[in-house]
Amino acid sequence: MTDLSWVSETQEMADRIRVRGFDYVMRNNGGYLSQICSSAELFALMYGRVMKLGKSEAPMVPKPFTGVPSHSNTEFFNGGAYNGPVGSEYDRFLFSPAHYALVLYVALIEAGRMAAEGLEAFNTDGSTVELIGAEHSPGIETTTGSLAQALSQAGGIALARRIRKEKGRVWIMMSDGEFQEGQTWEAVQALVHYKLDNVGVYVDVNQQQCDGAMQDVMQIGDLAGKLNAFGARAFDVDGHDLEALNAPAELEPDGRPLFVLANTDPARGVPRLMNNAPVLHYLRFKSEEEKQAYQQDYQQMAEGVEL
Amino acid sequence: MSNPVVRNNLVVRPHVENFIEWSKDKPEVVVMTADLTNSCEVGKWRDTYPDRYFSMGMAEQNMMGFASGMAREGFVPYIHTFAVFIYRRPYDQLAMSIAYPNLNVKFMAFLPGVVTPGGVTHQAIEDIAIMRATPNMTILDTADATEVESVLDVAHNINGPVYVRMLRGEMPRLFDTPMEFNKARVLAQGKEVLVITSGVMTEEAIRATNALETKGVSIKHLHISTLEPFTDPTVLEALKEVQHGVITLENHSIIGGLGSAVSELMTDNNIGKPLVRLGLNDTYAHGASYQYLIEEYNLNAISLVRAVESLLDIKTNLTQADLIEARTDDVTGDSKAEAL
Repeated sequence: MTDLSWVSETQEMADRIRVRGFDYVMRNNGGYLSQICSSAELFALMYGRVMKLGKSEAPMVPKPFTGVPSHSNTEFFNGGAYNGPVGSEYDRFLFSPAHYALVLYVALIEAGRMAAEGLEAFNTDGSTVELIGAEHSPGIETTTGSLAQALSQAGGIALARRIRKEKGRVWIMMSDGEFQEGQTWEAVQALVHYKLDNVGVYVDVNQQQCDGAMQDVMQIGDLAGKLNAFGARAFDVDGHDLEALNAPAELEPDGRPLFVLANTDPARGVPRLMNNAPVLHYLRFKSEEEKQAYQQDYQQMAEGVEL
Repeated sequence: MSNPVVRNNLVVRPHVENFIEWSKDKPEVVVMTADLTNSCEVGKWRDTYPDRYFSMGMAEQNMMGFASGMAREGFVPYIHTFAVFIYRRPYDQLAMSIAYPNLNVKFMAFLPGVVTPGGVTHQAIEDIAIMRATPNMTILDTADATEVESVLDVAHNINGPVYVRMLRGEMPRLFDTPMEFNKARVLAQGKEVLVITSGVMTEEAIRATNALETKGVSIKHLHISTLEPFTDPTVLEALKEVQHGVITLENHSIIGGLGSAVSELMTDNNIGKPLVRLGLNDTYAHGASYQYLIEEYNLNAISLVRAVESLLDIKTNLTQADLIEARTDDVTGDSKAEAL
């Protein structure tokens, strides 16, 4: 019998990601709550199960910002160190929709890569634990807040790693809105052309974007069908079903880049969010009453989840 | 010291063989192109080093990302495409995926300014302005076969992104010594007027300064190959010492390029002297021959003579015919790059 104990453990991790993330949205008086709701399982699976990462090489409590990369700045710190060392046998993680930063930070905490108190610097001046992270932020190796750039960057890393015959894979977390950008399709086309099957992409298909539901803002149609037509290997799965999410990552690479389309509920665990439909992108409280209601939702969710 | 002269024996496609030879002992060097391989003179390079050559198709945004990823892994991508397809179309990717992280990617930017009859879509007339405003970027400009050859070492020795205005096809050999980083070439040692030029405009300026010398006008001529950083003390000294004023001549818009860099240097150092900026005067150009365009937009040797006359309030009576014979490219010959 297959050992499925990881499923309950990873689900607990996802539950903690959701609770801790929600907590910080409340402390921050708003934020990207919907992204936490939709992608908690996805992050838990990637950090808890899929990615073969070494031990973090970064301080448990993130250091303050040490400046941007430049010819003269020798103190620059790259947040990829939270994902462990770079090495032939290790996987790599690239993070594309940088506004999901809070989910990533919380995932790092739940994966034992960052201290819980490290999150206290979240969105405070002079901190690297930024609202929308860049490559100095914990867990973030490349700068991707301008959406749809990570897949191309990952392609270059994957190409270099294949030239060096490295074993590790390159995993990317993306959002479905990024498939509106032309660059994404340029990247898919190049990954397929160069047969970069060491690339694996987890996509949070929450069907939401800044202006509202993707269906109204700019529909992208049958994403799996389009990816497969490009020559990629795409799977549509339930983004809250950990076994389904995990299964494609267990497949032997077959020459095609892998895309796992995690179909998710943008209000998972916080149904009240749907009151804001169609605009779920960033939660701003419209009144003290509304904030109180979310606070109660948070307390209800937090009950029985030990952080 | 004798001033360089413009020789009419043109060098044909120096980059082709030179880049192959130069790359031989540099396994970290890879080439990426966006469907402009022969147009950027790397067809033979591809055939020589097929494992280090990556065709990225007509997809420049993605090419920037792939280059950034390869650079993070220790390779040094030499992107070969037209300048306009580096700084215009995929600028966000260039800035966020490469310039911000200060990655070791070299942009070999062909068709600078009006050297191409390809018209507005192919003429990079504001690239220096945009690249100068991009933090971490180094900007190099080539003027002849010697600089096209030696710019590789200069670019390679910089640990970070470098934007190189490259020449292709036929070009003169003006210089006998290699390009040096952030070091102006002193081409004439006069006192009255300081002429500062870069890229292909230097060839035009040499025609003018040699003719002006015969009329007793004393010109100091500096050739600039590093546009960013722009901190060579030779330039500042020359600006301080010149008697009557400064003229810049560039194959670029007068906004944001060499003329602006000189203007900023003068302002920052409280040098209050007349400055005349010759270049494209806040305008796009159009498709026509190089000789036609540099005459139309007052970028040629006689335009520089007229600017000197105006600055000094003199008349030299020099005409185009008095200047060293302008070179004429064989527009139908095999070596004409546009046909590639």
